[in-house]
Amino acid sequence: MNEKLRVGLFVTCLVDLFRPSVGFAAAKLLEDAGCEVLVPVSQTCCGQPAYNSGDRADTREIAEKVITAFEEFDYVVAPSGSCAGMIRKHYPLLFAGDKALEKRAKALAGKTYELVSFLTEVCNVTQVEAQYDGVVTYHDSCSGLRELGIRDQPRELLATVKGLKLSEMKNADVCCGFGGTFSVKYPDISNSIVAEKTATIEDAKPDLLLAGDLGCLLNMAGKLKRQGSNVHVRHVAEVLAGMTDKPPIAESRRDLRGSDG
Amino acid sequence: MVEVHSPEFKENSRKALKDKQLQRALQHVRGNFIDKRAKSIADLPEFEALRDNARDIKNHALEHLDLYLEAYEERVVAQGGHVHWARDSIEARGLVLDICRKVNAKTVTKGKSMITEEIALNEFLEKNGITPIETDLGEYIIQLRGEHPSHIIAPAVHVTKDQVAEDFKKAHTHLPPDRSMDEPENLLLEARGILREKFIAADVGITGANFLVAETGTSVIVTNEGNGDLTQTLPKVHIVMASIEKIVPTLEDMSQILRVLARSATGQEMSVYTTLSTGPKRKTDVDGPEQYHVILLDNGRSNMLGTEFQDMLRCIRCGACMNHCPVYHSVGGHAYGWVYPGPMGAVLTPQLIGVDKGGHLPNASTFCGRCEEVCPMRIPLPKMMRHWREREFERHLMPSGQRRYLQLWAWMAKRPAIYRLATNVVTTGMRILAIGRGRFKKFLMAGSWTAERDLPAPQGGTFVSQWKRQRPEQVR
Ligand code: SF4
Repeated sequence: MNEKLRVGLFVTCLVDLFRPSVGFAAAKLLEDAGCEVLVPVSQTCCGQPAYNSGDRADTREIAEKVITAFEEFDYVVAPSGSCAGMIRKHYPLLFAGDKALEKRAKALAGKTYELVSFLTEVCNVTQVEAQYDGVVTYHDSCSGLRELGIRDQPRELLATVKGLKLSEMKNADVCCGFGGTFSVKYPDISNSIVAEKTATIEDAKPDLLLAGDLGCLLNMAGKLKRQGSNVHVRHVAEVLAGMTDKPPIAESRRDLRGSDG
Repeated sequence: MVEVHSPEFKENSRKALKDKQLQRALQHVRGNFIDKRAKSIADLPEFEALRDNARDIKNHALEHLDLYLEAYEERVVAQGGHVHWARDSIEARGLVLDICRKVNAKTVTKGKSMITEEIALNEFLEKNGITPIETDLGEYIIQLRGEHPSHIIAPAVHVTKDQVAEDFKKAHTHLPPDRSMDEPENLLLEARGILREKFIAADVGITGANFLVAETGTSVIVTNEGNGDLTQTLPKVHIVMASIEKIVPTLEDMSQILRVLARSATGQEMSVYTTLSTGPKRKTDVDGPEQYHVILLDNGRSNMLGTEFQDMLRCIRCGACMNHCPVYHSVGGHAYGWVYPGPMGAVLTPQLIGVDKGGHLPNASTFCGRCEEVCPMRIPLPKMMRHWREREFERHLMPSGQRRYLQLWAWMAKRPAIYRLATNVVTTGMRILAIGRGRFKKFLMAGSWTAERDLPAPQGGTFVSQWKRQRPEQVR
């Protein structure tokens, strides 16, 4: 008999703050795949805001805490290509030269995965038990795509959701303009990039936009709603887990009933 | 040096975003270059291996830069050419002027060269009574307009065809005003006609170099219009202006890198003309310059050797990084405020003009990584932009308000108990403020975000607290 894989769920700061339901959807998918899901309550953030602002000292301290909190698990899984990429690709670089920590950082990097690729590559999940009646389009978030090679995995699983039809947008692999602190430091440029994105989304005529990173999703949802779009927005985990009972991103029960919020 | 407007990046980009003509012109970059590159690469399965090879060749050359430069100089001199070393733009311009004065030059023709932009050669020559004439069509257009290039391989990419027609009408007054200018070909032919006379009249021809080959003492340029050939063969004197990192050991190395250059740049297998020049005209040659000079410019490059920015010296100026950059697509090249735009400019500019002036550029990136994905020389551009941000942080160049926010956040991120408390207060508070709506149209702390986007409201309560309540046995 197989021992259950002990998975530490790194829920990411944005899911923790903005959309807990994505964390619960991730947990359900992992449990359905036969994993035991554990949540270290000392987790805060992977440190990217500091890292990308050039603050290496703080990043290192934050990263060390993540390593300590998560190294006991068989695997670490995050519902985000960006945060998983940070741990996988950048933590080892942060501690280059510091032998003991570098070793621990590398060990953690080696067992850290983005949620959907973990399901398909480690748990060999090939289909999900879920239903969504509608047309969806999928945005490839940059870090997941380019640092971790996540592109086909979510599409493969989405193809097994009953009732779901995928309508690809043009340039699905082009940045949405979020870029973390970029969207706050250069809001005009960020806005121009996301406007380009929402135009390609609308062209695909979907009911629902999906992606694997909440940062990008908040950005695109914010723009779509400002433009008065009817396209709903969710994290891909919500649809794969069949947990679409909560209102979509940037919407409320009131919106769903038809009155504008 | 060209005037520096990089510190005004924010204002520049705001203006660029509102400039309708520019936005129309930029649409061209988005589609054209990207599709053509993708197609040419799809046809070449060994492209990825060629990139590795190109990277390794350049790395090797940079490791032994002094040796190869000396070998190159020796070969040039042995063939009757002259090599001049210039530490900075002042020295480089002085050298050009000396050479021009010795032959009493009135006009010089120029092939496309970013490095002469870097040292602001045209302005300098004009001040000294010598007329520089750009012979690359794009360069010619922006010279007429009194502008600088906005792209390293397509200098006039920010100009629309209609604008060019207008510029030509204004400048070429001897031609019939009702001539047809609807097709790009008409414009090309018109410019050719004008330039032909200039080629013949020029005393000196100045070109850049895509490569300097150490083994043979050869300088190499690639062009699509053939203007470079005329620039360097018709006048009595040919000056090659090249920065020191253009060196490659052998002709074979050059041809290896050529295989990735044009494909990455324009999606062509090869540029139309690849021109090799080795020394002045020999007795048996039918044409060519009587004098052949090479000016080797450092201008801050040697300071990059041995630092985390050394990889940037592999750059072959193909432009692929800017062609694929969402920020470049939005604001165009001029917003970057100096010679080199896009991701390569974001790395190079702080090095060449100082991070205190060029600091915005490496910050104005989403780190989407598309530039690194397409760079034929595998230059880790985002990583180097991050290094610049680190230097800025160390030197306290980040705006103090931003720094305070960041440090407060980092302080909390290191203290889980306080972080938990604070985030629960914030998410609950925001939930209450949202009064049943899913988003904010305005939010005090995120004014810049909500100017043109809504801010989604949190669902309320953090994940970690909810999980703790619902599944206490699955907590660590
Ligand atoms: S950085 Fe790379 S992609 Fe950009 S111009 Fe240089 S070689 Fe080309």
